[in-house]
Amino acid sequence: MEQYEPERLSAPQLAAMRRSLRDGRGALTRRSLLRASGTAALALGGLGALSACGIPPAKREGVAAASDDHSAAEKQINFSNWTEYMDVSEDEKSRPTLDAFTRRTGIKVKYTEDINDNVEFFGKIKPQLAAGQDTGRDLVIVTDWLAARIIRLGWAQKLDHANLPHAFANLSAQFRTPDWDPGRAYSYPWTGIPTVIAYNEKATGGRKVDSVTQLLDDPRLKGKVSFLSEMRDSVGMTLLDMGKDPGSFTDADFDAAVGRMQKGVDTKQIRRFTGNDYTADLSKGDIAACVAWAGDIIQLQADNPAIKFSIPSAGYITSSDNMLVPAKARHKTNAEKLMDYYYELPVAAQLAAYINYVCPVDGVAGELAKIDESMASNTLILPDRAMAAKSRSFRSLSSEEETAYEEKFAGLIGA
Amino acid sequence: MSVTDAPPAPPVKAVIRKPSTRRRLVPYWLLLPGILWLLVFFALPMVYQASTSVQTGSLEKGFEVTWHFRTYWDALADYYPQFVRSLLYAGTATLLCLLLGYPLAYLIAFKAGRWRNLVLVLVVAPFFTSFLIRTLAWKTILADGGAVVDVLHTLHVLDVTAWLGWTENNRVLATPMAVVCGLTYNFLPFMILPLYTSLERIDGRLHEAAGDLYATPATTFRKVTLPLSMPGVVSGTLLTFIPASGDYVNAELLGSTDTKMVGSVIQSQFLRVLDYPTAAALSFILMAVVLLLVTVYIRRSGTEDLV
Repeated sequence: MEQYEPERLSAPQLAAMRRSLRDGRGALTRRSLLRASGTAALALGGLGALSACGIPPAKREGVAAASDDHSAAEKQINFSNWTEYMDVSEDEKSRPTLDAFTRRTGIKVKYTEDINDNVEFFGKIKPQLAAGQDTGRDLVIVTDWLAARIIRLGWAQKLDHANLPHAFANLSAQFRTPDWDPGRAYSYPWTGIPTVIAYNEKATGGRKVDSVTQLLDDPRLKGKVSFLSEMRDSVGMTLLDMGKDPGSFTDADFDAAVGRMQKGVDTKQIRRFTGNDYTADLSKGDIAACVAWAGDIIQLQADNPAIKFSIPSAGYITSSDNMLVPAKARHKTNAEKLMDYYYELPVAAQLAAYINYVCPVDGVAGELAKIDESMASNTLILPDRAMAAKSRSFRSLSSEEETAYEEKFAGLIGA
Repeated sequence: MSVTDAPPAPPVKAVIRKPSTRRRLVPYWLLLPGILWLLVFFALPMVYQASTSVQTGSLEKGFEVTWHFRTYWDALADYYPQFVRSLLYAGTATLLCLLLGYPLAYLIAFKAGRWRNLVLVLVVAPFFTSFLIRTLAWKTILADGGAVVDVLHTLHVLDVTAWLGWTENNRVLATPMAVVCGLTYNFLPFMILPLYTSLERIDGRLHEAAGDLYATPATTFRKVTLPLSMPGVVSGTLLTFIPASGDYVNAELLGSTDTKMVGSVIQSQFLRVLDYPTAAALSFILMAVVLLLVTVYIRRSGTEDLV
């Protein structure tokens, strides 16, 4: 058996071997010629392969989003939701409202908490939806701007309002006519999300913080202010502070708002742009005041009484998370039944009492008071008329605007 | 094949040749799973990304290959600060890892005795927790009012680091220093383990021999230990530098707007702005830059037996 054993070779042999390895590179040998032609062939093939690729238009025009509805035959729903967005029993083993739905209708709900982030979830479902395939999900909950994009791309199924009597009757006026889904043809809100200003009283020395101007200009907050990395929340709140309406602003207004925040970044007034991770910083006092989501604040307040929130007199942004049925989903009617179920007052109250976000259902106060008196009077869950009047939504954007604005906002937050 | 079926007395030549052909094919069969894996999960995505980087279009209208090489130039012109920063942070973290990791690996290899396995387990132990949780823990460690910052402040270390531009406003979080600390911590085991394996292989008698030849401990280290541990140094620095330069979790959680690394840019271009060509071009530029640096580094350090 032949085996390579360097020890066996003599010194000159070894030297020759090294030389051949080192010096042979420049010379034209059979091997180098073969290698060169191989590389050339690969390069040519590569170029061919490159131009064969391409990403087809995402928008599905003239193709029906609807699919064969197997609801009657298959009594089930695949429901994708965010974490901590559904009521859970004391022992954390069951989900009371979902179980009651199954008991009443016989429809089994496969509930998955697989949404953590809108942009990532879009990346996850995009390939199937763009290819016109079923995502395996009958009901998904996404934030309004993503819902708008999915509807715009033709990736959502039109709802049959005959299956949604409670939802149609009980949806509160504030959510009835978003500009991206007038008349709620495709979507119904799961919750409303007020974006407010939150502050840690200990870190501000007992002072109140109640405007974006104060966040951006108060020298005593320098380096202890954070904004949200969601463009619509941060820019929207700044627009309101500048006296502009986030529902109908121009490119110049947008640039001015970004410029205003850029100044805060340059002077180191703004510490960071955050996702959900601001909550721990705010609780510790590393962040003294910030733009925050109301639901987080209610949960923080339960553990830390120093956390306060304020509604700027200039107004605040309300976004929403919305239920919709993705194209080609197999159980649309079942999904509609579930959507409608969550608009029945006792069910809506039970859910709102657990998840502490704005309940989009009218007339739920009585039911909520039965569960918890203090929640029924909490304006972050049930906004009173004065508060609802200050609520604004960020207008929907065209595809070009979305890309251009996100690009500018990415420049602001450093990436 | 049963015995009765066997052809009578096969010629001797065939018996010798048959296994040799088969043996020649064996390496290829052994390579096949790896090659297929690389083809499907490395080569194909690479071709796809390369194609994406020269396309133009939008999500709604689709992307087409238009050989728009300008994307590369634009991406570089727009995001070179993040590139420079990534390389700088990753380089600093690698150097810190080496300075922290070498003595520790040396200790484990030569001095730990019966505690060697325990210490090795301790080095690997952080891997049992998720990367994200470990990084978030640093937010508590480096908190503004926390013990670490208090001590650094009292000792006036923060004045020095602030003067160097590593920290600001008497805080560590949301500054370059926090990001580099996070990177160093998260990648330290990748430095220690290769260092340990190459140090552990060194024959202890070489140290004795050096001593017999009147080398001081320092000379022994310089002339014997360090050169023999170079493979570990090179693979350790590579295993630290390459992933660290593409990391974005540390910059995202511990940093601020002016500490974002190129990984954050790629992520935001790909997921938020939906500018797939720029994201792909940035990935390729990062890959090329890292490959170039690594090639130069390996040539320079002259280690032929890398692992």
